[in-house]
Amino acid sequence: MGIVFEKPKAITDVPMHYCPGCTHGIIHRLVAEAIDELGVEGRAVGVASVGCSVMSYDYFGCDMVQAPHGRAPAVATGLKRAIPENVVFTYQGDGDLAAIGTAETVHAATRGENITVIFVNNAIYGMTGGQMAPTSLPGQVTQTTPYGRDIKTAGYPIRVCEMLATLDGVALAQRVTVDSVRHIAEAKKAIKKAFQNQLEGRGYSIVEVLSTCPTNWGLSPVEALDWLRSNMMPYYPLGVYKDVTKEEV
Amino acid sequence: MEKDLNIVLAGFGGQGILFAGKVLAYAGLQEGHEISWLPSYGPEMRGGTANCSICISKEPIGSPLVVTPNVLVAMNLPSLDKFIDAVEPGGLVLIDSSLIDKKVTRTDVTVCYVPATRMAEEHGFKGLANIILMGRLYAEIPFCSEENLDAGLQKCIPARKAAMLDMNRQAFALGKASKE
Amino acid sequence: MPEKVLMKGNEALAEAAIQAGCRFFFGYPITPQTELAAYMSKRMPKVDGTYLQAESEVAAINMVLGASAAGARVMTSSSSPGVSLKSEGISYIAGSDLPAVIINVQRGGPGLGGIQPAQSDYWQATKGGGHGDYHMMVFAPSTVQEMVDLVSDAFDLGDKYRMPAMILADGMLGQMMEPVALPESEGKALPEKEWAANGHQNKREHHIINSLYLQPQKLEEKIRERYERYHVIEEKEQRAECYRTEDADLVLVAYGASSRIARSAVNKAREMGLKVGLIRPITLWPFPTKAIAKAAKTAKAFLAVEMSMGQMVDDVKLAVQCSVPVHFYGRTGGIIPTPGEVLEQIEKILGGDR
Repeated sequence: MGIVFEKPKAITDVPMHYCPGCTHGIIHRLVAEAIDELGVEGRAVGVASVGCSVMSYDYFGCDMVQAPHGRAPAVATGLKRAIPENVVFTYQGDGDLAAIGTAETVHAATRGENITVIFVNNAIYGMTGGQMAPTSLPGQVTQTTPYGRDIKTAGYPIRVCEMLATLDGVALAQRVTVDSVRHIAEAKKAIKKAFQNQLEGRGYSIVEVLSTCPTNWGLSPVEALDWLRSNMMPYYPLGVYKDVTKEEV
Repeated sequence: MEKDLNIVLAGFGGQGILFAGKVLAYAGLQEGHEISWLPSYGPEMRGGTANCSICISKEPIGSPLVVTPNVLVAMNLPSLDKFIDAVEPGGLVLIDSSLIDKKVTRTDVTVCYVPATRMAEEHGFKGLANIILMGRLYAEIPFCSEENLDAGLQKCIPARKAAMLDMNRQAFALGKASKE
Repeated sequence: MPEKVLMKGNEALAEAAIQAGCRFFFGYPITPQTELAAYMSKRMPKVDGTYLQAESEVAAINMVLGASAAGARVMTSSSSPGVSLKSEGISYIAGSDLPAVIINVQRGGPGLGGIQPAQSDYWQATKGGGHGDYHMMVFAPSTVQEMVDLVSDAFDLGDKYRMPAMILADGMLGQMMEPVALPESEGKALPEKEWAANGHQNKREHHIINSLYLQPQKLEEKIRERYERYHVIEEKEQRAECYRTEDADLVLVAYGASSRIARSAVNKAREMGLKVGLIRPITLWPFPTKAIAKAAKTAKAFLAVEMSMGQMVDDVKLAVQCSVPVHFYGRTGGIIPTPGEVLEQIEKILGGDR
């Protein structure tokens, strides 16, 4: 009997700690599939960030380095400069990438650091129990915005792909999501392209994945996907914000 | 060299204070002495005055910061005012008298007034007043052999700038001769 | 023996690192260490090395973490306020058992402080500027030649014990020129780092460089394991220079720049017939407790001399264990004490004995 479905090789057998309905699992899988298909697990080094995905170092089968909060792009820079033949990626959440690590993110991007960045945006701090993220939406209720995010005091969310697309060092800035089969297929393509770019020496590639947090949003997994579609996607439109391979044509 | 030299060179930025110090340090090194060279740095440097401490000794050098110099070379008035009282009794004070009108009132130090900047201009060595003063310093205190002094100059001036080296040699000789 | 050249301390540190096989430097400008970064920017491309000016000290130390995780010999440098920013990264580097060399060319603090030489980061360096139970090796050179020699040791011992090592210098040592003989060690073989995260090539289990242990038992176990290593280091790696201490009634303790001043003061005191000596710690962690405890058996008193309000003096007291009095003299904020000032203190302490 032929195998029609199996775990990617680049994922370990360790049970994941993610909550039911959380989309981290899907995104991990897509990253692992891309690594498998490109045949680069043996030379891949991943950088785990601080947040829910901190323990991704146990889940990815390649070598892994765990970075201080927000510093994954700097750690990845050190790795990539030291071992340029290897494939270096970061896996970061919104607090890590767009709040505490904004400087490291912007500068790794503008240097055109030849790394792949997987950015999981779920509009909330999951690991610490549901506080406001830099990407929390206006009016969004979180533990630290109990009356809803007030833009007068807490400011506006950051649209990371749009911001980074302005930088010359960026090869790919694309926003995807994983709420449906079609979108998952698109996300997979984007992630694979972000790795492909690195193999071809194009520079900093970021794929932002709109993601859910049923636990901290206080919704069922299905409701969470609906919330993502009706609230996040209008504010964070899916699409390609920069792609140097298109410009090359 | 009879005794340790604790030298302060002081003046404006751009007069070659640090460079002149380096020449002395290298000459001392060639001679086999212990050496230290410590520049002032920071706002002073940016504000236009520069000074450096050079110690030349037969023994390992303790503090490289010269607090009581036995040789002071002053290339502007603020530097003379700042350091003159600190000079050790019996010490040597060299003054670029083309830039400093003031006379030293202390009687317990030897003072040489050398119009170094004017001499440099007259002889076509513009910018080498520092080296003229080093020549005079050497005439007063020959702390190393002439060969080692020249080797010191060579260490500080890259080989590709042969013309520059030659001018420095001449300026040095001019300063040395000013003693007679 | 290679020819001696005059070099600034900052530049000598950089060249020594290159000679020791360091090919990765991540820095950020700050007075008074900037010449070090500038030197690296000039030299690294010529030895196929990497010089990168980071966006901050925070980023620089994390680039160090990354390069070290990959198995590279790597260094960063800064001065006091910048080292505060690096402290987070140093804690992670220690917690991940990674070697790296960090240079601190100290200036006055706290806050922006000043830019003149100081020794007020002793606590930060030796007691852990970052969070958590950890140590790094701390070396305190007092001459430009020693800066060169200790850089190489810091790399080697950092690799051996898998931990960060700091060269604790100051603005005076960084800025001054002295004759140095550079070792001709370029091209020497570096130790194999079989723990590195450099791609498993499908030939081994995946390596995880990590400082997170969510189970307290695991974390305690890990830290205890690390402390066993620390105990070995405390036993084997203490270094100090003892100068005229054999018959000394008063033993000065000073490191780095202030040890040079203390040495001058000791010589002057000896000329006056006072029995004074100097212990100069070369390693600040591990602190040379053995040398001090030994001197405490014969000395009548100690005098710690620092360019701070008194930080190392705590460790001197711990090593002396209340057997004799421990005095302190310090200048701070960028003021370098004079040998005369120190001599005055010596006379004051020994006053009764004369």
